[in-house]
Amino acid sequence: MDITPTDSALPPPSRGSVTRIGDRVFSGLARGSGIFLLVVMASIAVFLTIRATHAISQDHANFFTSFEWDANATPPVFGIGVLIYGTIVSSVIAMALAVPIAVGIALFISHYAPRRLATPLAYVVDLLAAIPSIIYGLWGAIYLVPHLKGLNLWLDEYLGWTGVFDKTDPEGAARSLFTVGILLAIMILPIITNVSREVFRQVPKMHEEAALALGATRWEVIRMSVLPFARSGIISASMLGLGRALGETMAVATVLSASPVLSAKLLDPVGGTFAQNIAAKFGEASPFGRDALIASGLVLFVITLLVNGAARLIIARRKEYSGANA
Amino acid sequence: MKLSRNSGLRALTVGAVAVSSALVLTACGSDNNASPGDTKTSGAAKSSIACAKGGQLLASGSSAQKNAMDVWVKNYMAACPGTNINYKSSSSGEGVTQFNQGAVSIAGSDSPLKPEEITASKTICKGGQGIDLPMVGGPIAIGYHLPGVDNLVLDAPTLAKIFNSTITKWDDEAIKKLNPTAKLPSSNIQAFHRSTDSGTTDNLTKYFNATAKAEWPYEHAKAWKGKGGQSAPGSADIASNVKQAEGTIGYFELSFATANNLQTVKLATGAAAPVAASSENASKAIAEAKVTGTGTDLSLKLAYDTKAEGAYPLALVTYEIACDKGNKADTLELAKSFLTYIASEDGQKGLSSIGYAPLPTEIATKVRAQIATLS
Repeated sequence: MDITPTDSALPPPSRGSVTRIGDRVFSGLARGSGIFLLVVMASIAVFLTIRATHAISQDHANFFTSFEWDANATPPVFGIGVLIYGTIVSSVIAMALAVPIAVGIALFISHYAPRRLATPLAYVVDLLAAIPSIIYGLWGAIYLVPHLKGLNLWLDEYLGWTGVFDKTDPEGAARSLFTVGILLAIMILPIITNVSREVFRQVPKMHEEAALALGATRWEVIRMSVLPFARSGIISASMLGLGRALGETMAVATVLSASPVLSAKLLDPVGGTFAQNIAAKFGEASPFGRDALIASGLVLFVITLLVNGAARLIIARRKEYSGANA
Repeated sequence: MKLSRNSGLRALTVGAVAVSSALVLTACGSDNNASPGDTKTSGAAKSSIACAKGGQLLASGSSAQKNAMDVWVKNYMAACPGTNINYKSSSSGEGVTQFNQGAVSIAGSDSPLKPEEITASKTICKGGQGIDLPMVGGPIAIGYHLPGVDNLVLDAPTLAKIFNSTITKWDDEAIKKLNPTAKLPSSNIQAFHRSTDSGTTDNLTKYFNATAKAEWPYEHAKAWKGKGGQSAPGSADIASNVKQAEGTIGYFELSFATANNLQTVKLATGAAAPVAASSENASKAIAEAKVTGTGTDLSLKLAYDTKAEGAYPLALVTYEIACDKGNKADTLELAKSFLTYIASEDGQKGLSSIGYAPLPTEIATKVRAQIATLS
C-alpha cells in the first residue's frame, strides 16, 4: 500500500501544498475535458437555435400546433404537433414495457441465476446492444409487423372499448406507434439491464446479509435492501434508455407508417416522431427545409434536457438512499 | 477451476450462436436491400467508347437513376483505364445545389432546372449556363398484391381515388367496371405512399394533375399530399410492404416490381387495350414528349394524357445537368466523353434489362447533338 517517493531525501509532503507536474497535467486534462463537453453542448445549442429561429420566423403555420410538414413549399408550412405526440407516446410505451423487464433481467442475473447461467445471459444482453438500429428496423418491418397482427386483433377485440386500443382497420398492417414502442423497448432493454445490473452488484453485502440474518426471504431482501439502494441507479438507467428511445431514427422510420395525423388510437398506422421525420424529409430538403428540420431537432433537444432534469430532481430527492450512481 | 472454465466455454458457445444468428440477420437485411442492377454485369466493356485521356469526374444527384449510372460508370471505367467517375446517389435537390456550387461537374436530377437555378448556374458556367439533358427514362409501376386477380386494369381517376382514400374497397364499382371478369374481394385497400420526399411521388402526382384533376385536387409535389393510406420510406420498403400483406397497392420504379415478383397494374389510357408497365411501353410514351427547353436546354414535357397504342404514360425522365459553355477545363474532356457514351446506342441499349426505358430515337439524336457541342 505504501508508495514511497523515489527521492527519499525529500521531507514528507505536507498534505495539499505540494503539487507535482503530473498532478497539474492531469487536473488540467480533466478540467479541459469538462470544459470541452460544455463547449460542444453550447455550440450545438447555439447552432440549433440560430438555424431554428430563422426557420420558425418564416413559418406560415403554427410551429407547435400544426400537423403538416411541407417546409419546401412556398410559403413554407410546418408544425411539430404530431411529432411531439408520437415521440412521447412511443417512448412511454417503450419505457413501460422495457423498465420492468430490464429490472427483472438484471435482478435475475445479479441475484437469482446460477453463475454459469448468469454470465452467458449477460453476454446475450450485451449483444442486443451491438445490433445496429437499421437491422432492428428491418427485423421490425419484415418479421415483427406481420407477427403482431394477432395481438392487434386481440387488443382491438377485447380492449377496443378503451378507445386507445381501438383499430380503425383491424386487418391493416401493424405499422403503428404501438409497434414502434415494442421495437424501441427491445432496443433499450440492454442499456437499462446493464446499468441496473451494475447498480445491483454494488448493494453492500452487509445490507443483504443483515436482512437475511433477520429472517428475510430472498424477495424480502431484494425489496428491503436492494431496490431502495438501487432506485436512483434504476432511474439513471431508465433515463439513458429513454434518451435512446426519444432519438431513435432508422428503426422508427422503417417500421412506422408515417402520416401527419394525430390519433389517440395507438394501433392505427399514423403519426410520426422527430427523428423519423428528419430522416424522411432531409434527403430532398431545400436549404430552408433543412433549417425547419433543425428547428424540430431543437425541440427534441429541449425535451431531452427537460426529461433529464426531471430525472435529476427525482434522484436528488432520494439522495438518502443513493449509492454510487446518484 | 475446471467448472469455471467449462462455463466460460459454454458462454463462448452461446455467444458464438448469438453472433452467427446476428450475422444471418444482417445478411437477410442486405439481401432485401440489394438493388436489382447490382448483380447484372451488362455486357463487356465496348470498344465503341471514345475514351478520355484520364482524370476524375464527380457527379451527384437523383437516386432514381442510380442503377443505370452504376452500370455506365462500371463499363466506362473498365474500358478507359486511368479514369475515375464517381456518381454519388443523393437526391435531385442535393445534386443541383452541388452543381451550382461547383462541387460536381454533372448533376443528376428528376426534374429540369428551375429558372432561378439556371440563373445561379451562370456563375459556375463561365459564359454559359446549366442545361438539362434527358438521359434515363423509366416507368413508374403500380404494384399490387391480390391473390386470384391477375391483369388488374385501372385508369387515372380510379388510381387517384384509391391513393386519396376515396375508394377504400377492392370491389368498388369503379374497379369492377374496369375489370368485369375479375373476382374482386370485398376487403379494404391498403394503399402505400412514400414517407420520404421523392421525385417518384412528384411524377405520379404530375400524372394525376394531367389526367385526374377532379379526383386529385392537390398540386404535384415531392411530399405526399393525399389523405389516408400507409407510408414507407423508400421504394424498396413500399415494395416489401406490398409483397408482405394482401390487399395492398403501391407505386415504385419498375425494377422493384420485377425484383419482388409483384404484379403491376395495366393502365386504361384510352388506347384500344390497357397498357402494361414495361420499359418498351414507357419509351413509347416518352417519344410523345415535347422538348420545352429553350436554346441549348432539352428539358421535356411528358405527354401524360397520351392515348397512343401501347404507350405507358406514367413514366419519369431523369436528366443529366452540365454546362453548355464554360465547363471546368480539367473535367470537360472526361465529362463529354462519358456523356457521349451514356447517350450512345450502346449506353442506352442495356437500360431495359434493369427496369429503365431507353430514350426514343428522336430525343436521343437531339441529346447526342447537344453533347457534341459542350465546351
